[in-house]
Amino acid sequence: MSLATRSLPRTIGAHAVLLTYTAIALFPVILVIMNSFKSRAGIFGAPLTPPTPKTFDLIGYTTVIGQGDFLHYFQNSLVVTVASLFFVLLFGAMAAFALSEYRFRGNTMMGLYLALGIMIPIRLGTVAILQLMVASGLVNTLTALILVYTAQGLPLAIFILSEFMKQVSDDLKNAGRIDGLSEYTIFFRLVLPLVRPSMATVAVFTMIPIWNDLWFPLILAPSEETKTVTLGAQLFLGQFVTNWNAILAALSLAILPVLILYVIFSRQLIRGITSGAVK
Amino acid sequence: MGSLNIENVKKAFGPVEVLKGIDLEVTDGEFVVFVGPSGCGKSTLLRVIAGLEDSTSGRVLIDGDDVSVTPPAKRGIAMVFQTYALYPHLTVKNNMGLGLKQAGTPSAEIDRRIKIASAMLSLEPYLERRPAELSGGQRQRVAIGRAVVREPKLFLFDEPLSNLDAALRVNTRLEIAQLHRRLKATMIYVTHDQVEAMTLADKIVVLNAGRIEQIGSPMELYNSPANDFVAGFIGSPKMNFIDGAKLGETAKTVGVRPEHLTVDAKSGAWKGTVVHAEHLGADTNLYLDCEKAGLLTVRIFGVYNAEPGATLYATPDPAKTYRFGADGKVLK
Repeated sequence: MSLATRSLPRTIGAHAVLLTYTAIALFPVILVIMNSFKSRAGIFGAPLTPPTPKTFDLIGYTTVIGQGDFLHYFQNSLVVTVASLFFVLLFGAMAAFALSEYRFRGNTMMGLYLALGIMIPIRLGTVAILQLMVASGLVNTLTALILVYTAQGLPLAIFILSEFMKQVSDDLKNAGRIDGLSEYTIFFRLVLPLVRPSMATVAVFTMIPIWNDLWFPLILAPSEETKTVTLGAQLFLGQFVTNWNAILAALSLAILPVLILYVIFSRQLIRGITSGAVK
Repeated sequence: MGSLNIENVKKAFGPVEVLKGIDLEVTDGEFVVFVGPSGCGKSTLLRVIAGLEDSTSGRVLIDGDDVSVTPPAKRGIAMVFQTYALYPHLTVKNNMGLGLKQAGTPSAEIDRRIKIASAMLSLEPYLERRPAELSGGQRQRVAIGRAVVREPKLFLFDEPLSNLDAALRVNTRLEIAQLHRRLKATMIYVTHDQVEAMTLADKIVVLNAGRIEQIGSPMELYNSPANDFVAGFIGSPKMNFIDGAKLGETAKTVGVRPEHLTVDAKSGAWKGTVVHAEHLGADTNLYLDCEKAGLLTVRIFGVYNAEPGATLYATPDPAKTYRFGADGKVLK
């Protein structure tokens, strides 16, 4: 901002609003992480204070890691998230390209049909999905989860990506056609790199609900072999006794991978390479 | 090599007819410019020639071969786009070589052609750069170079100068003209700018609302326009059109170009007051509100001092006055 458009009270006001919002948004996360480093008495005695030398305790983390299978749960979560993300982005981008690039009968209807999934929650179909998975023998497999999450993520991905693909210059695609590139090469080599920032946006929006989901792992893949982190954390949630240390530690650990993925995608948002293609 | 025949090509998008039956013959080595207002179908026609759009009916022949169902890459054409359309992830060299690589040309041959083209367009210092590191004029030269290396039968230009600023536009126009002279290739050029059309073309095709209004050399179009549309479109400032009835003429409209009117302070055919004067140095444009003829533009060569509000008489050159009938066609 230039000096001419800046005013001190307005700057202070804007910062106050943003800082307040940041504090509100971060509060639960910080509370979880803080308490995960405290002893049980510390958590219940003073839940809002940071760990002191007296209350500091790594019992939660040792429990989680000592349980042994937790690494395996992490691995399951990662496999499911990354694989679903891959398929959502691949199929979403391909469908979006077809919808935005080719004129064919029923194009608009197809677009609306694909967008319908945004408005109808996939969980309404849980019973049918379960029957389907039982019939196809996919219960208690990660494949079941990947399939469901891919279906869940596609509508929004297609909706967002087709808007962005419409903005990719027609001239560029036509130049590729005249140079003899196949439609696949045009899609993968010319169009995809140009919509990379929007792909990253879609990836972030798709990834977080998948990582955090409890519903489908609980219903479709509750076995020890296929448990995800969120489901695994339920282990410590007993009917009579709840191991808060372990839950908080598990949740704190669960933030890490998703944070790493987020950092990777948000770096893609840098537009650098796209400038200079046209105009 | 390099002739083009278009036979009764029609194109409709749903119920909207964009091209209403186009017939055109382009001989080898000609520079043909399609010109017309926005939406007249000139870009669509170019796309049909390139194979980027299918025509609804009619045939396109390149060198006598019907290419109506041949994919763009196999038609022996190269195209330069308004937005340059360079591949952002490739260097200048690879941008130019990609088409040949796809066609399976040996790499020594590709290198040789890139060398010739880049020397022709003074692109040698930039061969290893990416499009993002080039200026607008350089990018358009790369796009032209990409067309040159393919040694096509037909060059297609789709408003290649529209994104450049005025000074670069003149330079690049000159380069395209020189390129045509050197390569002696057939070129088809689309523009809405009649100055580009007049300066570059061997043959101008004036299009309007999906039809060809007139085909001819720049001077033919300027001196003997077939109808009021061509007369108004070619020439700048635009031809003055005067209602024939007001002048007591039998023709529906009478047209006279601004440069074919003379002004005098004392006497003349049409009395009027000066509304505005534009002083361009080399010439002066006067806008006269005439009692009989309405608002007229007069172009005077050199400097002419006239204050708004002054009374002047305008006189048309009778040999260069055009009369148009009710259907817009010129009356002989």
